[in-house]
Amino acid sequence: MRCLVTGGNVKVIGKAVHSLSRIGDELYVEPTEDGLSLRAVNSSRSAYACFLFAPLFFQLYEEGSLDPDGETFRCKVLMKSFLGVFRSLPSLEKMVEKCLISLNPRASRLVVQLHCKYGVTKTHNLSFQECELLQAVFDKELCANTLRAPARVLVDAVVHFPVTLAEVTLGVSPAGKVSFRNYLDEETEPSRTMVTELCLSEDEFQDVQVQQQSHVTFCLKEFRGILSFAESSNLPLNIHFDSPGRPAIFTLSDPLLEVHLVLATLSDPNSSSQVHSTTLQARPANGAFPTATPDDDFTGDDIDSYMIAMESTCEEGLGLPSSPTFPQRHPHPGAALESQSSAMESDLEGAVPGTPPQKKFRSLFFGSVLTPSQAGTHPGPSQDVLAEDSEGES
Amino acid sequence: MRFRAKIVDVACLNHFTRVINTIAKLAKTCTLRLTVDKLYFILTDKVANGGVSMWCELNQGNFFDEFQMEGVAAEHNEIYLELTPENLSRALKTAQNAKTVKIKLTNKHCPCVTVAVELPSLSSSSRIVTHDIPVGVIPRRLWNDFREPSVPDFDVSIYLPVLKTMKSVVERMKNLSNCIVLEANLNGEMNLKIETDLVSVTTHFKGLGNPPWVSEDGSQNSTQDRDPESMAEARIDIRKLLQLLAGQQVNPTKALCNIVSKRIVHFILLHEEVSLQYFIPALA
Repeated sequence: MRCLVTGGNVKVIGKAVHSLSRIGDELYVEPTEDGLSLRAVNSSRSAYACFLFAPLFFQLYEEGSLDPDGETFRCKVLMKSFLGVFRSLPSLEKMVEKCLISLNPRASRLVVQLHCKYGVTKTHNLSFQECELLQAVFDKELCANTLRAPARVLVDAVVHFPVTLAEVTLGVSPAGKVSFRNYLDEETEPSRTMVTELCLSEDEFQDVQVQQQSHVTFCLKEFRGILSFAESSNLPLNIHFDSPGRPAIFTLSDPLLEVHLVLATLSDPNSSSQVHSTTLQARPANGAFPTATPDDDFTGDDIDSYMIAMESTCEEGLGLPSSPTFPQRHPHPGAALESQSSAMESDLEGAVPGTPPQKKFRSLFFGSVLTPSQAGTHPGPSQDVLAEDSEGES
Repeated sequence: MRFRAKIVDVACLNHFTRVINTIAKLAKTCTLRLTVDKLYFILTDKVANGGVSMWCELNQGNFFDEFQMEGVAAEHNEIYLELTPENLSRALKTAQNAKTVKIKLTNKHCPCVTVAVELPSLSSSSRIVTHDIPVGVIPRRLWNDFREPSVPDFDVSIYLPVLKTMKSVVERMKNLSNCIVLEANLNGEMNLKIETDLVSVTTHFKGLGNPPWVSEDGSQNSTQDRDPESMAEARIDIRKLLQLLAGQQVNPTKALCNIVSKRIVHFILLHEEVSLQYFIPALA
């Protein structure tokens, strides 16, 4: 794989990495025929972001040859390492003329080479791990509500909230009022905490489509990450959301770049149905059409425990949750995950919890994609361990 | 009990915000007393504060375009609230370009001071941000706790040096010691001293001037009999002094302190529309 970025686009990549660094500790790199994708997910799987740079974004774009299985190369690197290359955006802008991202298979290194002014070349050799496809399952077409606004409007909206605020609630009404409000979780005492609410009228938005009054609560930190990218790129931000508990999808697009941020939202503990059935059309990774998912999507494969980092949700806990939880996802026999993978059962209860999430967002909507070679296999607990995950806990 | 006030002028808003920021640096929670003409921010001396107390007075007319206050009862036409000034400071922070700022007493899930900021926006309707700041209503029977402190019977009264200079001196001394000795005499001389096992540092200020105090009955102030060279001193917590100096966002019109030897230092900072008194007790 070889990608050459030149001129102002170097800073765009840098900003993208900065935004992704607010999400997770690892950067997933995948060159595809549609372009280079950079993705991240947080440890509790409640936030996912993907930046897809089209081939034309690059002066030179070679996705590289497919491996013997017909799969494109994918890897993940430590976010800290990758971010270190692009840490100082002002100096990127001033000094770097070209950036070459390539794979050195002999040394097993992802090479990021910055060609700077005055003949200086900085070469960063980053070690990587091969990995599974990281793909969140979501479909913005299924969301009942859509908002589109210039990033500036949204940046000005969140400036009123303290930097340390964890979650914010976005509310809309059919009358065209859009509000942001800080979310107080049960641990904070309402009689001691300041509540801030900002109301915007629909005139400030380029597009408002609201089916019914609703509100969703999501993490502000990750949202701010994409907002700062949107502001610098001057692109309007689209927000697609539905009812509490269903993911909120934030998108930016232009001919050369597509950005998706998917955030889990807190589910309403008072909602009548604890179990959401989300008929999400899976988003195909490689263009193939997925089989319809009649029932809940759910996380991967307890074998690939490194990927899951999922905490088990117990049936009993659903009674009357004292804290907002995500609806229990029931493994549905025969339900398909996304992409060309076959139907896959995931035993949620058996999943090994990864880093315990600090918040009560539960992991939600990920599908682990099986390689085509495994398509047709009905996976069960005896599925082969995927060799790539050499560092997985087993 | 009702309270509604509105600020429309940008300069007034900035000024009010700066006052609130200063208060927020001096006290985590304090009492807000509202009368028909004035607002007071009061901190009474408690062990929890380290014995410091504060009295800050503003004329409402200098800040608000509209001000309506109805106290708890006709003959007690005042409101006393306990609040966290940091919240008010945060609410005002992003309101600096507002069209109007309304502050009112409301009862949401609990008594609140609601700050409603109307911001300019590109669309026809303004953007409204509301901040509900929970407050505690202080019952009338406790109002006596919040009376204005009287000026102590001081030994020396002296104008302070330029606060910025004083602050940078004290800041550096803070790294060496927790206590600072503040001493001054009637000759306009002030020393700031710290003393540790390893080092002692003294900064001398001269030519500061002593404010002319006249006691209420018009008689000669007892300090006139005092030897002008003799220093009155008090050893105080350096962090409290630094809090006071660091919180000042604008140079006061007048800044002075009254020292009661070994007992207390009484600071008075006067701006055009705001007066601030701060008491720091001497350490044992």
